[in-house]
Amino acid sequence: MSDFSEILTNSIRLIFSFNTELSDIVFLSLKVSLSALLISCLIGLPIAAYSSVKAFFGKKFFILLVNSLMGLPPVFVGLVLYIVFSKSGPLGFFEILYTPTVMVLAQIILILPIIISISFETLESIYFEYEEMLKSLRVNFRDSILIILWDARYCLLTTVLAGLGRAMSEVGAIIIVGGNIAYYTRVMTTTIALETSKGNLELALALGTILILISISLNFIVFMVKHFTKNLSYD
Amino acid sequence: MKKIIFLKFCFFFFSLTAQEFITIQSTTSIRDSGFYNYIQDKYQEESSTKLKVVAVGTGQAIENAKKCDADLLFVHHEPSEIKFVKNGYGLYRNVIMHNDFILVGPKNDPAGIKIKKNIKEALKIIYNSKHSFVSRGDKSGTHLKEQELWALVGIKIERKKSDWYFESGSGMGSSLNLAVNIGAYILSDRSTWISFGNKKNHTIIVENEPLLVNNYGIIPINPKNCPTTKSLEAEKFIYWLKSKEGKSLINNFRVNGQQVFFSSQDVN
Repeated sequence: MSDFSEILTNSIRLIFSFNTELSDIVFLSLKVSLSALLISCLIGLPIAAYSSVKAFFGKKFFILLVNSLMGLPPVFVGLVLYIVFSKSGPLGFFEILYTPTVMVLAQIILILPIIISISFETLESIYFEYEEMLKSLRVNFRDSILIILWDARYCLLTTVLAGLGRAMSEVGAIIIVGGNIAYYTRVMTTTIALETSKGNLELALALGTILILISISLNFIVFMVKHFTKNLSYD
Repeated sequence: MKKIIFLKFCFFFFSLTAQEFITIQSTTSIRDSGFYNYIQDKYQEESSTKLKVVAVGTGQAIENAKKCDADLLFVHHEPSEIKFVKNGYGLYRNVIMHNDFILVGPKNDPAGIKIKKNIKEALKIIYNSKHSFVSRGDKSGTHLKEQELWALVGIKIERKKSDWYFESGSGMGSSLNLAVNIGAYILSDRSTWISFGNKKNHTIIVENEPLLVNNYGIIPINPKNCPTTKSLEAEKFIYWLKSKEGKSLINNFRVNGQQVFFSSQDVN
Protein backbone atom coordinates (compact mmCIF):
# COMPACT_ATOMS: atom_id res chain seq x y z
CA MET A 1 0.00 0.00 0.00
CA SER A 2 2.98 2.33 0.50
CA ASP A 3 3.32 2.19 -3.25
CA PHE A 4 -0.11 3.63 -3.73
CA SER A 5 0.22 6.43 -1.18
CA GLU A 6 3.55 7.40 -2.73
CA ILE A 7 1.93 7.66 -6.16
CA LEU A 8 -0.92 9.63 -4.63
CA THR A 9 1.29 12.22 -2.93
CA ASN A 10 3.37 12.64 -6.07
CA SER A 11 0.28 13.12 -8.16
CA ILE A 12 -1.03 15.78 -5.81
CA ARG A 13 2.29 17.59 -6.13
CA LEU A 14 1.95 17.41 -9.91
CA ILE A 15 -1.51 18.96 -9.82
CA PHE A 16 -0.22 21.98 -7.96
CA SER A 17 2.71 22.41 -10.30
CA PHE A 18 0.17 22.81 -13.09
CA ASN A 19 2.37 23.31 -16.14
CA THR A 20 1.32 24.67 -19.52
CA GLU A 21 1.25 21.35 -21.33
CA LEU A 22 -1.06 20.00 -18.67
CA SER A 23 -3.35 23.04 -18.81
CA ASP A 24 -3.43 22.85 -22.63
CA ILE A 25 -4.56 19.26 -22.34
CA VAL A 26 -7.27 20.14 -19.82
CA PHE A 27 -8.39 23.06 -21.96
CA LEU A 28 -8.61 20.95 -25.11
CA SER A 29 -10.58 18.29 -23.25
CA LEU A 30 -13.10 20.85 -22.12
CA LYS A 31 -13.27 22.46 -25.54
CA VAL A 32 -13.90 19.20 -27.38
CA SER A 33 -16.39 17.81 -24.88
CA LEU A 34 -18.30 21.06 -24.38
CA SER A 35 -18.55 21.63 -28.14
CA ALA A 36 -19.85 18.10 -28.58
CA LEU A 37 -22.30 18.64 -25.74
CA LEU A 38 -23.55 21.96 -27.11
CA ILE A 39 -24.12 20.61 -30.60
CA SER A 40 -25.74 17.42 -29.27
CA CYS A 41 -28.15 19.49 -27.17
CA LEU A 42 -28.98 21.74 -30.11
CA ILE A 43 -29.84 18.68 -32.17
CA GLY A 44 -31.06 16.30 -29.49
CA LEU A 45 -33.41 18.41 -27.38
CA PRO A 46 -35.64 19.52 -30.29
CA ILE A 47 -35.81 15.92 -31.51
CA ALA A 48 -36.77 14.71 -28.04
CA ALA A 49 -39.37 17.45 -27.66
CA TYR A 50 -40.81 16.76 -31.09
CA SER A 51 -41.08 13.06 -30.33
CA SER A 52 -42.74 13.62 -27.00
CA VAL A 53 -45.38 16.03 -28.37
CA LYS A 54 -46.17 14.44 -31.67
CA ALA A 55 -47.32 10.90 -32.38
CA PHE A 56 -45.70 9.68 -35.54
CA PHE A 57 -45.31 6.40 -37.33
CA GLY A 58 -42.54 4.24 -35.89
CA LYS A 59 -42.18 6.35 -32.77
CA LYS A 60 -41.81 3.38 -30.46
CA PHE A 61 -39.22 1.89 -32.76
CA PHE A 62 -37.38 5.20 -32.91
CA ILE A 63 -37.20 5.40 -29.12
CA LEU A 64 -36.08 1.79 -28.92
CA LEU A 65 -33.36 2.51 -31.45
CA VAL A 66 -32.14 5.61 -29.63
CA ASN A 67 -32.15 3.75 -26.32
CA SER A 68 -30.02 0.98 -27.72
CA LEU A 69 -27.62 3.47 -29.31
CA MET A 70 -26.84 4.69 -25.79
CA GLY A 71 -24.71 1.59 -25.46
CA LEU A 72 -22.64 2.21 -28.59
CA PRO A 73 -19.09 1.02 -27.97
CA PRO A 74 -16.78 4.05 -28.38
CA VAL A 75 -14.03 2.01 -30.05
CA PHE A 76 -16.49 0.93 -32.69
CA VAL A 77 -17.57 4.52 -33.32
CA GLY A 78 -13.91 5.49 -33.58
CA LEU A 79 -13.19 2.72 -36.03
CA VAL A 80 -16.12 3.58 -38.30
CA LEU A 81 -15.26 7.27 -38.28
CA TYR A 82 -11.65 6.42 -39.00
CA ILE A 83 -12.57 4.35 -42.03
CA VAL A 84 -15.00 7.01 -43.28
CA PHE A 85 -12.69 9.99 -42.81
CA SER A 86 -9.45 8.29 -43.79
CA LYS A 87 -7.91 10.00 -46.85
CA SER A 88 -8.84 6.98 -48.91
CA GLY A 89 -12.28 6.72 -47.29
CA PRO A 90 -15.57 8.07 -48.69
CA LEU A 91 -15.40 11.38 -46.79
CA GLY A 92 -11.62 11.68 -46.79
CA PHE A 93 -11.69 14.93 -48.77
CA PHE A 94 -12.88 16.78 -45.66
CA GLU A 95 -9.39 16.21 -44.29
CA ILE A 96 -10.54 16.21 -40.69
CA LEU A 97 -8.96 12.95 -39.55
CA TYR A 98 -6.53 13.58 -36.68
CA THR A 99 -8.10 16.96 -35.85
CA PRO A 100 -10.21 18.07 -32.87
CA THR A 101 -13.16 18.44 -35.28
CA VAL A 102 -13.52 14.72 -35.82
CA MET A 103 -13.13 14.15 -32.08
CA VAL A 104 -16.12 16.42 -31.52
CA LEU A 105 -18.01 14.47 -34.16
CA ALA A 106 -17.19 11.17 -32.46
CA GLN A 107 -18.41 12.47 -29.13
CA ILE A 108 -21.60 13.84 -30.68
CA ILE A 109 -22.41 10.38 -32.02
CA LEU A 110 -21.81 8.93 -28.57
CA ILE A 111 -23.78 11.42 -26.50
CA LEU A 112 -26.62 12.35 -28.84
CA PRO A 113 -28.56 9.14 -28.02
CA ILE A 114 -28.12 9.84 -24.30
CA ILE A 115 -29.41 13.40 -24.67
CA ILE A 116 -32.39 12.32 -26.75
CA SER A 117 -33.29 9.30 -24.68
CA ILE A 118 -33.12 10.81 -21.20
CA SER A 119 -34.69 14.14 -22.16
CA PHE A 120 -37.47 12.32 -24.00
CA GLU A 121 -38.56 10.64 -20.79
CA THR A 122 -38.63 13.93 -18.91
CA LEU A 123 -40.38 15.83 -21.67
CA GLU A 124 -42.91 13.09 -22.27
CA SER A 125 -44.02 13.10 -18.65
CA ILE A 126 -44.32 16.88 -18.67
CA TYR A 127 -46.30 16.83 -21.88
CA PHE A 128 -48.57 14.20 -20.38
CA GLU A 129 -49.57 16.74 -17.72
CA TYR A 130 -49.67 19.75 -20.04
CA GLU A 131 -51.42 18.15 -22.97
CA GLU A 132 -55.01 19.00 -22.08
CA MET A 133 -54.20 22.53 -21.05
CA LEU A 134 -52.18 23.21 -24.18
CA LYS A 135 -54.91 21.79 -26.37
CA SER A 136 -57.69 23.70 -24.67
CA LEU A 137 -55.74 26.91 -25.09
CA ARG A 138 -55.13 25.99 -28.73
CA VAL A 139 -51.42 26.44 -28.41
CA ASN A 140 -49.82 25.53 -31.71
CA PHE A 141 -47.32 22.71 -32.16
CA ARG A 142 -44.19 24.86 -32.23
CA ASP A 143 -45.13 26.75 -29.11
CA SER A 144 -46.05 23.54 -27.29
CA ILE A 145 -42.54 22.26 -27.92
CA LEU A 146 -41.00 25.50 -26.71
CA ILE A 147 -43.20 25.56 -23.60
CA ILE A 148 -42.35 22.07 -22.46
CA LEU A 149 -38.67 22.60 -23.23
CA TRP A 150 -38.66 25.81 -21.25
CA ASP A 151 -40.53 24.36 -18.30
CA ALA A 152 -38.25 21.35 -18.24
CA ARG A 153 -35.06 23.38 -18.42
CA TYR A 154 -33.83 22.56 -14.95
CA CYS A 155 -34.75 18.91 -15.15
CA LEU A 156 -32.86 18.70 -18.42
CA LEU A 157 -29.68 19.70 -16.65
CA THR A 158 -29.35 16.11 -15.46
CA THR A 159 -29.50 14.97 -19.07
CA VAL A 160 -26.84 17.47 -19.99
CA LEU A 161 -24.63 16.24 -17.18
CA ALA A 162 -25.03 12.63 -18.24
CA GLY A 163 -23.99 13.61 -21.75
CA LEU A 164 -21.02 15.60 -20.55
CA GLY A 165 -19.93 12.74 -18.33
CA ARG A 166 -19.89 10.35 -21.24
CA ALA A 167 -18.03 12.85 -23.42
CA MET A 168 -15.38 13.75 -20.87
CA SER A 169 -14.66 10.20 -19.83
CA GLU A 170 -14.51 8.74 -23.30
CA VAL A 171 -11.20 7.48 -24.65
CA GLY A 172 -11.75 4.66 -27.14
CA ALA A 173 -13.15 6.70 -30.02
CA ILE A 174 -11.06 9.83 -29.80
CA ILE A 175 -7.75 8.01 -29.49
CA ILE A 176 -8.43 6.37 -32.86
CA VAL A 177 -9.79 9.36 -34.77
CA GLY A 178 -7.71 12.01 -33.02
CA GLY A 179 -4.48 10.06 -33.04
CA ASN A 180 -3.46 11.37 -29.60
CA ILE A 181 -1.11 13.91 -31.21
CA ALA A 182 0.82 15.99 -28.68
CA TYR A 183 -0.36 19.61 -28.35
CA TYR A 184 -3.02 19.01 -30.97
CA THR A 185 -5.43 16.19 -30.27
CA ARG A 186 -4.20 14.96 -26.92
CA VAL A 187 -6.86 15.24 -24.25
CA MET A 188 -7.01 14.15 -20.63
CA THR A 189 -8.29 10.62 -21.10
CA THR A 190 -5.87 9.82 -23.92
CA THR A 191 -3.02 11.26 -21.85
CA ILE A 192 -4.02 9.03 -18.94
CA ALA A 193 -3.96 6.02 -21.27
CA LEU A 194 -0.60 7.09 -22.69
CA GLU A 195 1.10 7.83 -19.38
CA THR A 196 -0.18 4.60 -17.87
CA SER A 197 1.31 2.69 -20.77
CA LYS A 198 4.60 4.53 -20.28
CA GLY A 199 4.57 3.47 -16.65
CA ASN A 200 4.27 7.07 -15.41
CA LEU A 201 1.55 6.23 -12.96
CA GLU A 202 1.91 9.47 -10.95
CA LEU A 203 1.13 11.68 -13.91
CA ALA A 204 -1.70 9.41 -15.00
CA LEU A 205 -3.21 9.50 -11.54
CA ALA A 206 -2.79 13.27 -11.30
CA LEU A 207 -4.69 13.71 -14.55
CA GLY A 208 -7.39 11.33 -13.38
CA THR A 209 -7.75 13.38 -10.21
CA ILE A 210 -8.10 16.59 -12.20
CA LEU A 211 -10.75 14.94 -14.37
CA ILE A 212 -12.71 13.95 -11.29
CA LEU A 213 -12.33 17.42 -9.75
CA ILE A 214 -13.69 19.04 -12.91
CA SER A 215 -16.57 16.60 -12.93
CA ILE A 216 -17.36 17.29 -9.27
CA SER A 217 -17.31 21.05 -9.75
CA LEU A 218 -19.56 20.91 -12.79
CA ASN A 219 -21.98 18.69 -10.90
CA PHE A 220 -21.84 21.01 -7.92
CA ILE A 221 -22.72 24.02 -10.08
CA VAL A 222 -25.66 22.19 -11.57
CA PHE A 223 -26.76 21.02 -8.15
CA MET A 224 -26.73 24.60 -6.87
CA VAL A 225 -28.63 25.85 -9.90
CA LYS A 226 -31.24 23.16 -9.40
CA HIS A 227 -31.43 23.78 -5.70
CA PHE A 228 -32.03 27.51 -5.94
CA THR A 229 -34.46 27.30 -8.82
CA LYS A 230 -36.57 24.54 -7.37
CA ASN A 231 -39.68 26.68 -7.18
CA LEU A 232 -39.23 28.29 -10.58
CA SER A 233 -40.01 25.37 -12.76
CA TYR A 234 -41.64 22.04 -13.16
CA ASP A 235 -40.07 19.46 -10.96
CA MET B 1 -26.79 35.74 -41.13
CA LYS B 2 -26.86 33.94 -37.83
CA LYS B 3 -25.87 30.76 -39.61
CA ILE B 4 -22.85 32.42 -41.14
CA ILE B 5 -21.74 33.75 -37.80
CA PHE B 6 -22.20 30.33 -36.30
CA LEU B 7 -20.17 28.71 -39.06
CA LYS B 8 -17.44 31.27 -38.68
CA PHE B 9 -17.47 30.62 -34.98
CA CYS B 10 -17.11 26.91 -35.59
CA PHE B 11 -14.31 27.50 -38.03
CA PHE B 12 -12.50 29.68 -35.55
CA PHE B 13 -13.05 27.08 -32.89
CA PHE B 14 -11.51 24.25 -34.80
CA SER B 15 -8.83 25.84 -36.93
CA LEU B 16 -6.20 25.44 -34.28
CA THR B 17 -3.27 25.25 -36.64
CA ALA B 18 -3.36 26.89 -40.00
CA GLN B 19 0.35 26.16 -40.16
CA GLU B 20 1.91 23.64 -42.48
CA PHE B 21 2.37 20.24 -40.93
CA ILE B 22 3.35 16.75 -41.92
CA THR B 23 1.66 13.72 -40.46
CA ILE B 24 3.99 10.98 -39.34
CA GLN B 25 2.67 7.47 -38.72
CA SER B 26 5.19 6.34 -36.19
CA THR B 27 6.02 3.41 -34.01
CA THR B 28 5.19 4.07 -30.36
CA SER B 29 8.75 3.58 -29.11
CA ILE B 30 10.07 6.75 -30.79
CA ARG B 31 7.19 8.83 -29.41
CA ASP B 32 7.29 7.35 -25.91
CA SER B 33 10.98 8.17 -25.60
CA GLY B 34 10.13 11.85 -26.10
CA PHE B 35 12.24 12.04 -29.25
CA TYR B 36 9.67 13.96 -31.29
CA ASN B 37 9.24 16.66 -28.65
CA TYR B 38 13.01 16.99 -28.66
CA ILE B 39 13.47 17.37 -32.42
CA GLN B 40 10.29 19.35 -33.02
CA ASP B 41 11.78 22.44 -31.39
CA LYS B 42 15.05 22.05 -33.27
CA TYR B 43 13.28 21.51 -36.56
CA GLN B 44 11.26 24.70 -36.01
CA GLU B 45 14.49 26.66 -36.31
CA GLU B 46 14.99 25.10 -39.73
CA SER B 47 11.50 24.98 -41.12
CA SER B 48 8.00 26.21 -40.35
CA THR B 49 6.62 22.72 -40.87
CA LYS B 50 5.16 21.17 -37.74
CA LEU B 51 5.24 17.47 -37.00
CA LYS B 52 1.96 15.74 -36.26
CA VAL B 53 2.85 12.37 -34.84
CA VAL B 54 0.35 9.54 -34.69
CA ALA B 55 2.03 6.79 -32.69
CA VAL B 56 0.70 3.26 -33.08
CA GLY B 57 2.27 -0.16 -33.53
CA THR B 58 4.32 -0.72 -36.68
CA GLY B 59 1.65 -2.95 -38.24
CA GLN B 60 -1.12 -0.43 -37.70
CA ALA B 61 1.11 2.47 -38.79
CA ILE B 62 1.76 0.72 -42.09
CA GLU B 63 -1.95 0.07 -42.61
CA ASN B 64 -2.79 3.71 -41.84
CA ALA B 65 -0.09 4.89 -44.23
CA LYS B 66 -1.48 2.63 -46.95
CA LYS B 67 -4.80 4.45 -46.50
CA CYS B 68 -2.91 7.73 -47.16
CA ASP B 69 -3.32 9.02 -43.61
CA ALA B 70 0.32 10.00 -43.43
CA ASP B 71 3.09 11.85 -45.20
CA LEU B 72 5.83 9.84 -43.56
CA LEU B 73 6.13 6.38 -42.12
CA PHE B 74 8.69 5.93 -39.34
CA VAL B 75 8.72 2.32 -38.12
CA HIS B 76 10.96 -0.59 -37.27
CA HIS B 77 10.37 -3.79 -39.16
CA GLU B 78 12.59 -4.17 -42.20
CA PRO B 79 10.70 -6.87 -44.17
CA SER B 80 7.38 -4.99 -43.85
CA GLU B 81 9.03 -1.71 -44.82
CA ILE B 82 10.66 -3.20 -47.90
CA LYS B 83 7.35 -4.74 -48.91
CA PHE B 84 5.63 -1.38 -48.38
CA VAL B 85 8.03 0.36 -50.78
CA LYS B 86 8.01 -2.51 -53.24
CA ASN B 87 4.22 -2.44 -53.50
CA GLY B 88 4.33 1.22 -54.48
CA TYR B 89 3.02 2.73 -51.23
CA GLY B 90 6.32 4.39 -50.37
CA LEU B 91 9.02 6.15 -52.39
CA TYR B 92 12.11 4.69 -50.74
CA ARG B 93 13.36 3.56 -47.37
CA ASN B 94 16.07 5.18 -45.32
CA VAL B 95 17.43 3.67 -42.14
CA ILE B 96 17.74 6.74 -39.96
CA MET B 97 18.81 5.28 -36.67
CA HIS B 98 19.07 2.10 -34.68
CA ASN B 99 19.32 0.65 -31.22
CA ASP B 100 18.61 -2.87 -30.03
CA PHE B 101 15.96 -5.08 -28.60
CA ILE B 102 16.49 -6.49 -25.14
CA LEU B 103 15.05 -9.34 -23.15
CA VAL B 104 13.66 -8.04 -19.88
CA GLY B 105 12.85 -10.23 -16.92
CA PRO B 106 12.70 -10.42 -13.11
CA LYS B 107 15.98 -9.54 -11.39
CA ASN B 108 16.42 -13.00 -9.80
CA ASP B 109 16.12 -14.61 -13.27
CA PRO B 110 13.74 -17.46 -12.21
CA ALA B 111 14.13 -19.35 -15.48
CA GLY B 112 17.91 -19.36 -14.98
CA ILE B 113 18.98 -17.84 -18.29
CA LYS B 114 22.22 -16.31 -17.01
CA ILE B 115 23.76 -16.24 -20.48
CA LYS B 116 23.89 -12.56 -21.10
CA LYS B 117 24.46 -12.52 -24.82
CA ASN B 118 22.54 -15.33 -26.46
CA ILE B 119 18.89 -14.67 -27.21
CA LYS B 120 18.40 -18.04 -28.92
CA GLU B 121 19.51 -19.96 -25.84
CA ALA B 122 17.47 -17.65 -23.64
CA LEU B 123 14.28 -18.31 -25.57
CA LYS B 124 14.88 -22.05 -25.47
CA ILE B 125 15.37 -21.92 -21.70
CA ILE B 126 12.16 -19.93 -21.25
CA TYR B 127 10.30 -22.38 -23.46
CA ASN B 128 11.60 -25.42 -21.61
CA SER B 129 11.06 -23.98 -18.15
CA LYS B 130 7.62 -22.72 -19.19
CA HIS B 131 8.26 -19.57 -17.25
CA SER B 132 5.72 -16.87 -18.05
CA PHE B 133 6.48 -14.75 -21.09
CA VAL B 134 4.56 -11.72 -22.35
CA SER B 135 4.15 -11.18 -26.06
CA ARG B 136 2.86 -7.98 -27.63
CA GLY B 137 0.57 -9.92 -29.95
CA ASP B 138 -0.32 -6.80 -31.93
CA LYS B 139 1.72 -7.07 -35.15
CA SER B 140 4.01 -4.30 -33.96
CA GLY B 141 7.67 -4.23 -34.94
CA THR B 142 8.65 -5.77 -31.62
CA HIS B 143 6.01 -8.49 -31.91
CA LEU B 144 7.11 -9.39 -35.45
CA LYS B 145 10.72 -9.48 -34.25
CA GLU B 146 9.75 -11.80 -31.41
CA GLN B 147 7.97 -14.14 -33.82
CA GLU B 148 11.03 -14.18 -36.08
CA LEU B 149 13.18 -15.14 -33.11
CA TRP B 150 10.90 -18.00 -32.06
CA ALA B 151 10.94 -19.26 -35.65
CA LEU B 152 14.74 -18.97 -35.66
CA VAL B 153 15.07 -21.36 -32.73
CA GLY B 154 12.49 -23.63 -34.30
CA ILE B 155 9.85 -23.29 -31.63
CA LYS B 156 6.25 -23.09 -32.64
CA ILE B 157 4.09 -21.80 -29.83
CA GLU B 158 0.63 -23.22 -29.60
CA ARG B 159 -1.07 -20.07 -28.45
CA LYS B 160 -4.17 -21.75 -27.16
CA LYS B 161 -2.46 -24.42 -25.10
CA SER B 162 0.47 -22.43 -23.76
CA ASP B 163 -0.59 -21.07 -20.39
CA TRP B 164 2.83 -19.50 -19.86
CA TYR B 165 2.62 -17.41 -23.03
CA PHE B 166 0.58 -14.22 -22.55
CA GLU B 167 -0.46 -12.11 -25.52
CA SER B 168 -1.18 -8.64 -24.21
CA GLY B 169 -2.42 -7.27 -27.53
CA SER B 170 -1.36 -3.77 -26.50
CA GLY B 171 1.50 -1.32 -26.71
CA MET B 172 5.04 -1.82 -25.43
CA GLY B 173 4.49 0.13 -22.23
CA SER B 174 1.22 -1.62 -21.35
CA SER B 175 2.85 -4.96 -22.06
CA LEU B 176 5.78 -4.03 -19.83
CA ASN B 177 3.29 -3.11 -17.10
CA LEU B 178 1.79 -6.59 -17.46
CA ALA B 179 5.16 -8.37 -17.49
CA VAL B 180 6.37 -6.46 -14.44
CA ASN B 181 3.23 -7.33 -12.51
CA ILE B 182 3.19 -11.04 -13.26
CA GLY B 183 6.97 -11.44 -13.13
CA ALA B 184 7.29 -12.50 -16.75
CA TYR B 185 9.99 -12.22 -19.37
CA ILE B 186 9.37 -9.91 -22.31
CA LEU B 187 11.11 -8.69 -25.43
CA SER B 188 11.28 -4.89 -25.54
CA ASP B 189 12.99 -2.20 -27.54
CA ARG B 190 15.66 -0.44 -25.55
CA SER B 191 14.24 3.09 -25.72
CA THR B 192 10.84 2.17 -24.30
CA TRP B 193 12.51 0.22 -21.51
CA ILE B 194 14.82 3.10 -20.58
CA SER B 195 11.99 5.62 -20.48
CA PHE B 196 9.58 3.20 -18.79
CA GLY B 197 8.68 4.47 -15.34
CA ASN B 198 7.37 1.36 -13.60
CA LYS B 199 10.31 -1.08 -13.71
CA LYS B 200 9.98 -2.36 -10.11
CA ASN B 201 11.98 -5.60 -9.88
CA HIS B 202 12.62 -6.09 -13.56
CA THR B 203 15.91 -5.72 -15.33
CA ILE B 204 17.66 -6.49 -18.63
CA ILE B 205 18.46 -10.19 -18.97
CA VAL B 206 19.82 -10.38 -22.55
CA GLU B 207 21.35 -7.49 -24.44
CA ASN B 208 24.08 -6.52 -26.92
CA GLU B 209 23.28 -9.46 -29.14
CA PRO B 210 23.79 -9.01 -32.91
CA LEU B 211 20.49 -10.78 -33.63
CA LEU B 212 18.65 -8.11 -31.68
CA VAL B 213 19.57 -5.06 -33.74
CA ASN B 214 16.62 -2.70 -34.18
CA ASN B 215 16.65 -0.46 -37.25
CA TYR B 216 14.27 2.47 -37.56
CA GLY B 217 13.38 3.14 -41.19
CA ILE B 218 11.70 6.23 -42.55
CA ILE B 219 9.64 6.15 -45.73
CA PRO B 220 8.00 9.04 -47.60
CA ILE B 221 4.57 8.15 -48.95
CA ASN B 222 4.32 7.73 -52.71
CA PRO B 223 2.32 10.61 -54.23
CA LYS B 224 1.34 8.33 -57.11
CA ASN B 225 -0.71 6.33 -54.65
CA CYS B 226 -1.74 9.25 -52.42
CA PRO B 227 -2.01 12.47 -54.47
CA THR B 228 -2.54 14.73 -51.45
CA THR B 229 0.57 13.64 -49.61
CA LYS B 230 3.13 16.34 -48.88
CA SER B 231 6.20 14.66 -50.34
CA LEU B 232 8.25 17.83 -50.55
CA GLU B 233 7.92 18.66 -46.85
CA ALA B 234 8.32 15.00 -45.95
CA GLU B 235 11.53 14.64 -47.92
CA LYS B 236 12.87 17.88 -46.49
CA PHE B 237 12.43 16.42 -43.04
CA ILE B 238 14.22 13.20 -43.99
CA TYR B 239 17.04 15.19 -45.54
CA TRP B 240 17.35 17.20 -42.35
CA LEU B 241 17.39 14.07 -40.16
CA LYS B 242 20.18 12.67 -42.33
CA SER B 243 22.19 15.87 -42.26
CA LYS B 244 25.13 16.37 -39.95
CA GLU B 245 22.93 18.38 -37.61
CA GLY B 246 20.17 15.79 -37.59
CA LYS B 247 22.63 13.01 -36.87
CA SER B 248 24.25 14.82 -33.99
CA LEU B 249 20.81 15.57 -32.57
CA ILE B 250 19.91 11.88 -32.69
CA ASN B 251 23.18 10.91 -31.04
CA ASN B 252 22.89 13.59 -28.39
CA PHE B 253 19.36 12.64 -27.38
CA ARG B 254 19.28 11.31 -23.84
CA VAL B 255 16.60 9.57 -21.81
CA ASN B 256 17.37 9.33 -18.09
CA GLY B 257 20.96 10.14 -18.99
CA GLN B 258 21.29 7.33 -21.52
CA GLN B 259 21.64 7.41 -25.27
CA VAL B 260 18.73 5.52 -26.83
CA PHE B 261 19.12 6.08 -30.58
CA PHE B 262 22.24 5.83 -32.73
CA SER B 263 22.23 7.50 -36.13
CA SER B 264 22.82 5.01 -38.91
CA GLN B 265 25.23 5.08 -41.84
CA ASP B 266 23.83 6.17 -45.18
CA VAL B 267 22.52 2.95 -46.59
CA ASN B 268 19.18 2.67 -48.24
